[in-house]
Amino acid sequence: MQWQPDGDQQSRLARAEMLRDIREFFYQRQVLEVETPALSQAANTDPYIDSFALVTNQTRYLHTSPEYAMKRLLASGSGDIYQICKVWRAEPSAKHHNAEFTMLEFYRLDYNMQTLMTEVDELLSQLLPSLKKHSNFHTYASLFLDKLGFNPHTIAEDTLKACVDKYVPEFRGELDHQGCLDLLLTHCIEPKLPNDRISFIYDYPATQSALAKTEQVADYNVAKRFEVYVGNLELGNGYQELTSYEDNAAVLENESSVRQQMNHEAVPIDQRFLSAIQAGLPECAGIAIGLDRLLMLKTDADTIKKVLNFSWENA
Amino acid sequence: MASYNTSEFKSGLKFMMDGDPYNIIENEFVKPGKGQAFSRVKIRNLKTGRVVDKTFKSGEKVEAADVMEITCEYLYTDGEYWHFMEPVSFEQFQASETAIADVKNWLKDQESYIVTLWDNEPLTFTPPNFIELQITECDPGVQGNTAQGATKPAIVQTGASIKVPLFVENGEWVKIDTRTGDYISRAKES
Repeated sequence: MQWQPDGDQQSRLARAEMLRDIREFFYQRQVLEVETPALSQAANTDPYIDSFALVTNQTRYLHTSPEYAMKRLLASGSGDIYQICKVWRAEPSAKHHNAEFTMLEFYRLDYNMQTLMTEVDELLSQLLPSLKKHSNFHTYASLFLDKLGFNPHTIAEDTLKACVDKYVPEFRGELDHQGCLDLLLTHCIEPKLPNDRISFIYDYPATQSALAKTEQVADYNVAKRFEVYVGNLELGNGYQELTSYEDNAAVLENESSVRQQMNHEAVPIDQRFLSAIQAGLPECAGIAIGLDRLLMLKTDADTIKKVLNFSWENA
Repeated sequence: MASYNTSEFKSGLKFMMDGDPYNIIENEFVKPGKGQAFSRVKIRNLKTGRVVDKTFKSGEKVEAADVMEITCEYLYTDGEYWHFMEPVSFEQFQASETAIADVKNWLKDQESYIVTLWDNEPLTFTPPNFIELQITECDPGVQGNTAQGATKPAIVQTGASIKVPLFVENGEWVKIDTRTGDYISRAKES
């Protein structure tokens, strides 16, 4: 029976140093560290993220990110806040995935997508000093145009399907429009991102906005949302936050109905979160960063298991 | 018919695709920050031995392959078929040259092999990790030369070519790692 940890002492030292550096970074910038509950009465409605449910006399859900609760704090006047916490997502274990992982989530008042990307770039450059300076910033559209020769916001359905057949012939099954873009992004674009520096991808399709603001660019809408990578390792997902109550409620209801169409388990919408937004969420931008993956880069580990004391199978 | 969800994918899982049984060699889960997740697998067609890459949407189902593994002993070949026996039931069956291609170098009388059967047809054979075989052809031994790493070519009773240390004599028995084909040590006659 294995009882020994997966990660070595080196990874434990590196984790402790990383946590200290993050806390110092936010202390310097007067961002307040907060805690919110891990077990909530409501769950994430995102159809592609599954929560663990804990059934006792009343069902509770392990949070998949502290987003809803932190936004309740923002609405109550907390000012700039950050949190380092464990989160859980019902996903298979893989090289870059462990169902329980550590997240850094932070929100900055009056920041927009651009200023948040700049701050994330500063934070990651400090935490990963061996990376080359001058990070890459690409729009979602420019990457598809450069690598695959089409604009993902305007491409016709049949042309997109033909691209999937051409570039990912090993795919089997049926995909909707966004599914095709996700396939091409993960199979043809992410693997080509450089390993020695940070890459930002921003201005996602509006259908991928989640709780980010959208904006019209040329003749289509984009989400003011970005992802940050080193190589093909996705580290974080940032938003210029959607503040209108109607829009937030519409997103959660739409996600719930997509869950239903996909035959995924129905989960309760976070009404306390929506009440907070109705009371008024200040203009802000926020991001969630996977700290175990960051640690993989810091310690040059090729699997997430190597930076965890006890990975999912060994927990 | 039993089926597997992609979340159950792991190496060694066997499923049906386009009427052929496949074995998963590698499985990787990929997911963009938001949106559709995928399972990328490297799989071997158990009939042809060909290895291919496939990508499935997470949550898709595949049909389980009705594949089972048994242990059996090698008996003999008649030149066209290779004959094996299940040692408990004494049931005998024959395998084609394609099915035994990977194990041909390590087939020895009365040795036990793991056989993958699909619809009761043998698909693949896995030899024991270590096997003892007699040298049938090699240059005379150089006594006293035990220098590390110095080797010479030799042929064993199955016809396989291996490399052995200089001191090994023709007719001697040697222990071989079947996964790498490497000489491990001298062995007693078996």
